[in-house]
Amino acid sequence: MATEIPQSHQNPDPQISLYYQTRAAHHAVVTSDWLAQAQAAVGHHPEDAVSDNSSLKSAGGEESGNGYSVVNEFNNWRKQPDLAEAVAAIRALASVIRSSQATTMMELEIELKKASDSLKSWDTTSISLTAGCDLFMRYVTRTSALEYEDFNSAKSRLLERAERFGEISYKARKIIAMLSQDFIFDGCTILVHGFSRVVLEVLRTAAQNRKLFRVFCTEGRPDRTGLRLSNELAKHDVPVKLLIDSAVAYSMDEVDIVFVGADGVVESGGIINMMGTYQIALVAKSMNKPVYVAAESYKFARLYPLDQKDMVPAIRPIDFGVPLPSKVEVETSARDYTPPQYLTFLFTDLGVLSPSVVSDELIQLYL
Amino acid sequence: MDARRVPRNVTDPKVRQVGFFAPVAPLDGSPSGPLRPTTPSPPVSGNSLSPVMIPLPRHLSSDNAPLSPLTGRRRRLLPPRGADKAAVKQNTHSASGLTPGVTDGGPPSEVQKEQAPVSSLPLKEKTTKAERRALQEAQRAAKASATADGSKKSVGASAVVTSANANPKKVAKAPPPQKKDSSSVAASEKRGGDRQTDKDRKKDVPHPRMQFDDEDRVEKAKKRSVVKQTEARYRVELFRHLPQYEHGTRLADLESKFFQLDPVHPAVYKVGLRFLTGDISGGNARCIAMLQAFQESIKDYSTRRDKTLIEKWDLPAKINGYVSFLIECRPLSISMGNAIRFLKTQIAELPLTMSESEAKASLLSDIDRFINEKIILADKVIVGHAVTKIRDGDVLLTYGSSSVVEMIFLCAHELGKQFRVVIVDSRPKFEGRMLLRRLVGKGVSCTYTHINAISYIMHEVTRVFLGASSVLSNGTVYSRVGTASVAMVAHQFHVPVLVCCEAYKFHKRVQLDSICFNELGDPDAIARVSGKEDINYLDDWTSSENLQLLNLTYDATPSDYTSMIITEYGMIPPTSVPVIVQEYGGEHLWI
Repeated sequence: MATEIPQSHQNPDPQISLYYQTRAAHHAVVTSDWLAQAQAAVGHHPEDAVSDNSSLKSAGGEESGNGYSVVNEFNNWRKQPDLAEAVAAIRALASVIRSSQATTMMELEIELKKASDSLKSWDTTSISLTAGCDLFMRYVTRTSALEYEDFNSAKSRLLERAERFGEISYKARKIIAMLSQDFIFDGCTILVHGFSRVVLEVLRTAAQNRKLFRVFCTEGRPDRTGLRLSNELAKHDVPVKLLIDSAVAYSMDEVDIVFVGADGVVESGGIINMMGTYQIALVAKSMNKPVYVAAESYKFARLYPLDQKDMVPAIRPIDFGVPLPSKVEVETSARDYTPPQYLTFLFTDLGVLSPSVVSDELIQLYL
Repeated sequence: MDARRVPRNVTDPKVRQVGFFAPVAPLDGSPSGPLRPTTPSPPVSGNSLSPVMIPLPRHLSSDNAPLSPLTGRRRRLLPPRGADKAAVKQNTHSASGLTPGVTDGGPPSEVQKEQAPVSSLPLKEKTTKAERRALQEAQRAAKASATADGSKKSVGASAVVTSANANPKKVAKAPPPQKKDSSSVAASEKRGGDRQTDKDRKKDVPHPRMQFDDEDRVEKAKKRSVVKQTEARYRVELFRHLPQYEHGTRLADLESKFFQLDPVHPAVYKVGLRFLTGDISGGNARCIAMLQAFQESIKDYSTRRDKTLIEKWDLPAKINGYVSFLIECRPLSISMGNAIRFLKTQIAELPLTMSESEAKASLLSDIDRFINEKIILADKVIVGHAVTKIRDGDVLLTYGSSSVVEMIFLCAHELGKQFRVVIVDSRPKFEGRMLLRRLVGKGVSCTYTHINAISYIMHEVTRVFLGASSVLSNGTVYSRVGTASVAMVAHQFHVPVLVCCEAYKFHKRVQLDSICFNELGDPDAIARVSGKEDINYLDDWTSSENLQLLNLTYDATPSDYTSMIITEYGMIPPTSVPVIVQEYGGEHLWI
C-alpha cells in the first residue's frame, strides 16, 4: 500500500535529515558546502512540481497518482518559508479530500491514509510532520458525519473539518503569541535557544506591544540559529546579546525566563528540540528559572522516549572547518529530549498547559 | 461523611484522634468514649467490611452510616482493646469512600474475645472492663434474638462480615439496610449457627498452620490452648483497621462444609478454597477464576418460584452471597472488585422483557467478552507496546511475578531481542521463583536475587518492568509489597520504571500511603524460614507480649517513581490515569 515516491522527491542526501535541509533552505544561514547540497535538494523540487502539477488525480483516484500529487501539493505549500511543515502537510491532505474521486467513505479514508503515509515517509525524522498527519487523520475522521447516508454531505463535512484544522494550525502561532504576552514583563531578560518561528512571533508581538525586554541568543552551533534570530530581532529594535552555547550557565543569573520552541511534544509532556535544549533546561531548573515552550498543538506526538537514545535519530553532520583524523568520532545527532520535570509551561493554541496535560489531550483525541 | 459527624463534647488531650471517625453517642449505662478520659475512644467507623471490597450500593452505605454512632462504639470492629494506649490511630475504612458496612458482627465476637484478651492487656482499666462486659452481655442477648429474625451474614452486599478481624457472621444490625432479600436468610441462619460453634472452635485453635485434618492434633491443641491471648497476639496496632489474617483457621471448616453449604455454588466454593490456600494468586488469575466460577453459577441458576407465584430473579443477591464468601476466603483484589461491579451493572441492565434463558446467555457472553477484551486482548496490546521499549543489550529488572511482564519478556525473546533479565524476589512468598523457572525454560538468560541486594544490582540495570495490582487515580501504583522499594531505588539510579497494568485495574480511589488500605497476610509465614530449622528463633513468638509480626501483602508506590504506565490504551504518564478512569471507566457499563 506504500506509495512509491518518485526519485526526485527522495532525500538527495540521506546523511542529512530532510527536516533540517528544509529549514536551512528557508533560513539560508548555512555553511558553504552544506548550502550547495541544500540548494541541490531544493532545486529539484520546483521543476518536478511544475510538471507534475498538471498530472493531478487521474480518474478513479489512482493511488500512485494521488500520492504523487500529495507530495507535490505539499512541496508547493512548503516553499513559503513562514509556513510550518506540518501545516503544509495538513493543507495538502485537505486538498486530497477536496480533489478525491472516491465514492465511498472507506475509499476516501484509504486514500487519505495513503496520502498521509507518503507524506510521512518523505521525511521520517520530522516529528511534527508525522504528528500533524496523525492528528489530522484523527481529527477529521472523528466525526459523526461519517454516519451520514449521503456521501457527498459527509465528504463536505470532512472537508470542513480539514480546513478548520488547517486554519487552526495556521493561526496557531498568533494565538500562542497572544497567550504568552502575559508572561513577558517589562525589563525581563529572555534566553532563547534555536530558531523557532513561533518564538520569533512571540517576541515580535511583544516588541510591537512596546514591551521592554532584552534577549540572549545562544549561537546554536552548527546551524547558527542564533545568528539568524539576532538578525530578525535586531530588525525590531530588540536588544540582543549573542552567547556561545557554553556561556549559558555563566549568563543564567541574569536571565529571567527561558523560551524555546519544539520540534515535537511527546506524550510524557517533554519536548524534542534542537540539541542543547536539555542542557539549558537543566541549568535553568537548577537555578530556578522558568522554562517556557512555545509549540503548536499539532506537534503533540504519541511518542514516549525514556531517555535520550530512545528516539529516531536525526543526523546533522557538523563541519568544524578543519580536517579531523578519521579515528575521531563526532556526535552528529541534531536534537535531544527534555523531560517534563524541567519544563514549566507549554504555550499552545489550546492554551497555556502544564506538561502533564499533553497526555490528557492526546488520550481524549485518540479516544 | 459530614452527615455522620456530630459535635463531640470532650476531647481528651491524651487521646489523639487520627483520621475520620464517626461521632459516638453515649450508650446507656456506659460512658461514651470521648467522655471517658481513660479509654481512648475508638471511633473507628465500625467497618468490618474488607477495605478491598468495592462497595456497590451507595444507599446501603448511607444507611449503614448512621448506624455507627447509634450502635455505639462498642460495636466498632476493632475497639482497641489494646487501643487503650494513648495514641490511638483511628484508621478509617471509609477513607477511601468504601461502604462503611457496620460490623455488627464485631461486637459479639469481640464480646467473646474480650474477656480473655482484656486480662492480657494491662492497659485496660478495670472499671471499663466491667462496664463494657455488662454492656456487651446485654448486646449479645439482643443479638441472639435478632439473629433468629434473619442474619445479615455475608449475604449482605457490601457490608458485613467476615474478614473484619472477628468472625462476624451473626450480625444483627438494628436497622437492616440490607435491601438484599431474605432468600438466603434461611441458609444464613443455618450458617450463623454453624459459625457460632465455629467461632468457639476457632478460638480453641491457636495456631493457624496446624494440620486441621489431623483430628488428634486439633484436640491436643484445644486442650493446651491459651487461645484468646494468641488471637490478640496477631494484631498489630497500626493495622487494626484491616481484616486480620485468620484464613488458616478457616480452611478446615470450609473443607468440611463443602457438601453442606447451600447458598454457595460449588464452583464458587472451589475457587474460594483455592484462593484461601494461595493456589491461585495474581490479579488476573484470580479475576478470571472468579468470573468463570460465576459463569458456572449463572448457568446453573434458575429463578425461584415462591408460593406467591411470582418469579423471583434473585441473581444479584446470590452473586452478593458468593462475593461475601470469596471475601471470607481472601479479601478481594481491586481487579476483582471492578469485575464484580461490571457484572452487577450488566445484571441490573438486563431488560425486563428478556426471558430467563436469554438473560443468562447474555450474561455469560458478557463475562466472556469482559475476560477477552479487558484481560486477554489488553495483555496482547500491552505486550506490543512494551516490546518497543526493549532494545538489544538491555538489562531488565522485574520484581515478583507479574503475568504481563512475563509475557513481555517472552515476546521480546521470541522477537530475537538480546537482553537479560534480573528477577528480584522476596520472602515469604518467593513468587519470583516460578517466573525464573518459566523464563529459563524458554531460554531467557536470567539473574536471580533477593530484594536485599537491590541497590547492589541496580547499577547495571537499564529498565525496570513492574506489574501492578492496581493503579490509583493519583498515579500511585498499588502492587505487591516490595515494589515501592524497587521503584525508589531505580529512581535513584535514574533507571526508568515501566509499570504494566491493564486498564480494568484502574480505580478512582486515591491513596497516599500503604497503611490505610492493605491486606494482612499470615504472620507465621514470616516467622518461619523454611529449610533452615536452626534459625527459627521466632517459633514461640506468640508467647512474647512485646512482639507482633506483620505480614503486609501490598504497598503503594508514589507516582514520582514511575516513568510510564503501559496500558492497552497506550503508554501514558502516571498523571493521566484519572483521564483513563474517567473516559474509559464508563465502558464497563456499555460493553
